[in-house]
Amino acid sequence: MVGSLSKLAIRDLSVTYRSREGATMAVEGASLSVADGEFVALVGPSGCGKSTILKIVAGLVAPSSGEVLIDGTEVRGIPSGVGMVFQNDALLPWKSVRDNIRLPLTVRGFSNDHQDLEAERLIRLVRLEGFESFYPRSLSGGMRKRVALARTLAYDPSLFLMDEPFGPLDAQTRIHIGREFLGIWERVGKSVIFVTHDVEEAIALSDRVIVMTPRPGRVKAEFAVALPRPRDYEEVRFDPEFIDLQRRIWEALKT
Amino acid sequence: MGIVIIGFWEFASGRFFNDFWVSRPSAILQRIGEMAASGDLWFHLQTTLEETLTGLLIGMVIGTIAGVTLAFSGQFAGWIFPYIMAVYSLPKVALAPLFVVWFGIGLLSKVLMVTTMVMFVAFYNAFEGVRNIDPDLLDMMRTFRAGRWTTLTWVILPSITTWVLTSLRLGIGLALIGSVIAELVGANRGIGYYITKSAGTLDTTGIFAGLVIIMLVAVALEAGVAQVEKRLLRYR
Repeated sequence: MVGSLSKLAIRDLSVTYRSREGATMAVEGASLSVADGEFVALVGPSGCGKSTILKIVAGLVAPSSGEVLIDGTEVRGIPSGVGMVFQNDALLPWKSVRDNIRLPLTVRGFSNDHQDLEAERLIRLVRLEGFESFYPRSLSGGMRKRVALARTLAYDPSLFLMDEPFGPLDAQTRIHIGREFLGIWERVGKSVIFVTHDVEEAIALSDRVIVMTPRPGRVKAEFAVALPRPRDYEEVRFDPEFIDLQRRIWEALKT
Repeated sequence: MGIVIIGFWEFASGRFFNDFWVSRPSAILQRIGEMAASGDLWFHLQTTLEETLTGLLIGMVIGTIAGVTLAFSGQFAGWIFPYIMAVYSLPKVALAPLFVVWFGIGLLSKVLMVTTMVMFVAFYNAFEGVRNIDPDLLDMMRTFRAGRWTTLTWVILPSITTWVLTSLRLGIGLALIGSVIAELVGANRGIGYYITKSAGTLDTTGIFAGLVIIMLVAVALEAGVAQVEKRLLRYR
């Protein structure tokens, strides 16, 4: 299953956190892979190590054992071409929408003209025209998510790591931004690992859903999502295939 | 409120209290007017301001840089902290005579005194400020593979701005204490010198005039910081 075509390959990954209370095993022997251009959703109960796996892939946390390969090369330090969308946006409160989006462009050392042009394009892409000079504080939750998304898009990674990116949003905004994100992703077609606890969201977005066990997290089951693309984010939920998957995934989560 | 107190002072002075000891607001105001007219005010004020502001600037810069550096130094911070605590706990006022002996009665001893007073507060605030940076922001910068300089200017310095402004606020008071104390110990000009000189001749009006001038300087500097704060924290 872990072939040379994998964008990402995780083999026998284990993570143990040490604290004053003793050692806690967050992830135990997890193996999974993501093909180039594939959208994989990771679902499981809270505390099953989903976020930990993303942090390891991003190079922010070192695994206790096992290996992580991106394009066949083992991850050491912060890998290039990996962009993360954080659960709580991680926007810089003192920077305007435009400057937040420009951050990765500055880091990559583009000229100011290019930065302006690219930021402008991304602002249009996530439909934030007119809010360029707003500070994050004066934006709604959904708009903040769009800024965070645009910022990661500006980094232009080949692998997106998304840690419950739509978590704290209300149901309506969540559907709305999910639809927009699906549209954007179907155009860029980059590899994604999308962590969520929302089964419907996972199926509607992804090519494959991976279900994890409670702590210590292991891969419990995998479900290929054979729904055709491009998908209609809302309509797809009434597809018999969707409903069948939903039932099977819920069952996998329960037992 | 202020008017009531000053009014009572003016009224009671010479009636209930001997105005030789407590002076009176009108006399103090008149004295400040005379000092301004004769050039004495600027002569002394200039010296004190020079000492205060130079020391404040140097102390803020050294303290803040040390705080940020140490906060990122890991183990080393734990090792050196007890020593910093030990030096910090010294009553720095007691250092004033030493500085005057070492560096004379000129500008240098005063600036060093002020720097010593301000440095520790700036250090502690910067150190605490760094430890309070949202770890997600630092993680985010790391995933973008941002360099040290970018992380410093985009995340660290803006994050600790409120802390640095707090140390600047506290620093103004400490810097004035530092410069005036050093002037009391040994100087030939400055507001602190003017106060000791007045005390030497039992001129309470002169002492009060000096205190009022110091207070006005503190209020003016504080107002300046408030302006800077408004500008730097407008994103809130």
